[in-house]
Amino acid sequence: MGDCTVSILPDGMALDVLPIMWHGDSLYLLENLILKDFRIRYRNMSLGVLWSLLNPLVMMGVLTFVFTKIFSNPGTQNFPVFVLCGLVPFSFFSIAWITGTTSIVDNTSLVKRVPLPREIVPIASVFSNCIHLLVQILLLLCAVLLFGRGVNRQWIWLPVVWALEVVFVCGMVLITATLNVYIRDTRYIVESANTVLFWLVPIFYSFDKIPARYKEVYQLNPVAALVLCLRHILLQAEAPPTSTLVRLTLVSLAALATGLLVFRHGKPGFYEHI
Amino acid sequence: MAVVTFDRVSKYFHRHAGQMLLRDRVRHLLQPSPPERFYALRGVSFAVEHGESLGIVGSNGAGKSTLLNVATGVSLPSEGTVAVQGRLAALLELGSGFHPDLTGAENVRINAALLGLSRAKVRRRFDGIVEFSGIGDFIDEPLRTYSAGMMMRLAFSVAINVEPDVLIVDEVLGVGDQNFFAKCFEKILEFRRAGRTILCVSHALETLENLCERGLWLDRGQVVKAGPIGEVIQAYQETPAAALQGTATGQ
Repeated sequence: MGDCTVSILPDGMALDVLPIMWHGDSLYLLENLILKDFRIRYRNMSLGVLWSLLNPLVMMGVLTFVFTKIFSNPGTQNFPVFVLCGLVPFSFFSIAWITGTTSIVDNTSLVKRVPLPREIVPIASVFSNCIHLLVQILLLLCAVLLFGRGVNRQWIWLPVVWALEVVFVCGMVLITATLNVYIRDTRYIVESANTVLFWLVPIFYSFDKIPARYKEVYQLNPVAALVLCLRHILLQAEAPPTSTLVRLTLVSLAALATGLLVFRHGKPGFYEHI
Repeated sequence: MAVVTFDRVSKYFHRHAGQMLLRDRVRHLLQPSPPERFYALRGVSFAVEHGESLGIVGSNGAGKSTLLNVATGVSLPSEGTVAVQGRLAALLELGSGFHPDLTGAENVRINAALLGLSRAKVRRRFDGIVEFSGIGDFIDEPLRTYSAGMMMRLAFSVAINVEPDVLIVDEVLGVGDQNFFAKCFEKILEFRRAGRTILCVSHALETLENLCERGLWLDRGQVVKAGPIGEVIQAYQETPAAALQGTATGQ
């Protein structure tokens, strides 16, 4: 039995911590919230998880048509797999970011009624998207095998780079979910940012085409860095470049740290603002 | 040893806090207006000892729900201190935390996890929860097929089976038939006999009088009277609302 006291600072500012009156099992709760999101999304769909496959397949078809038949692209072999290496990480990032951004506002009843650790809400929404991601990664790996690229030992890097993307998304989501409580327009800004990102992540063009002076900046975007790593691993059977890995790791961890800080600072005011 | 202690607790809201669009933010930045405060609670002090039960009465908007939210920790007090010992369990407001597309069983697990139960405890108590609710085979049906009464029964069953140190009952006992009400009532009394603490808000004064030994009467965020439940309810019933106007706003 813990003793929980909320103290008030002399100038009337409340400390930015909520009393921990919730002594529950955070992991079990996280698991339940992830499954809840996942079940709700699929219960009313006849095709279920197949919907996760349909979107990247259609996009892959369209982009392949445009960039092999309309704009010729002689430098790139196996364009469908090439483009899928870009689409899978990008679509996960954009969907997870949007749903995570609105997660606090969407779960008003939980945030206002249950003294749970509130970080769990956006994190659970990211992880429930990871279930779709797993299906899409399987699709990507199947496509790689289908186009004649075998399994190679660099595949051991795959869990590492995917995990780093999840860390990055969690950080971004914690930041924007907090902002979205105070300024409801945040979600529209996030949506626009995703549209811009579609062009700035090397999805349908290769990293080699980017002029040298932009390359450094490009690699600072973890989504672009992940696409780059995936192509190295899956298409060229090479280990991802160390400099890219280092940047990916640093930026992802920095995003998570910032996210936790922003969220921690913002959450005492959630009750009043949603 | 007091389980729940409020020491001169105030909670205010800014009147403009509800305007959350960028447009409003910018306008506020250009034309700063002095913050207008609305006090939901003002200087509330009380302590609930181990094994005691406190019934809170007051008209709509008196601050009863705000008080419970400050006690559970979902909302921070603006001034003063709140101390709570042990595990609190709020009887979730009817339907909150429940999702209509999920089955009763799925909702029970989510709700139990929300109230802080571990996996092992949920497994052990699951059958008891379902049995107490009397939902029967409907437990595997989606919640949207449930009546309001059935939903309340399920919510109550989960909360009471969490076995919290402090049970918070916010106006949920109004739904449900006579049989189930009696069952709940018996369970709450049993809970009390086990030496646990109850905070209860209700407009059903008779229920409150049977359930609680101490009472707290709130009006416009302030404590009008605290003491044995019978006296508090009597005073509350005898005083017309208009007579309070002066005392509550005059301070």
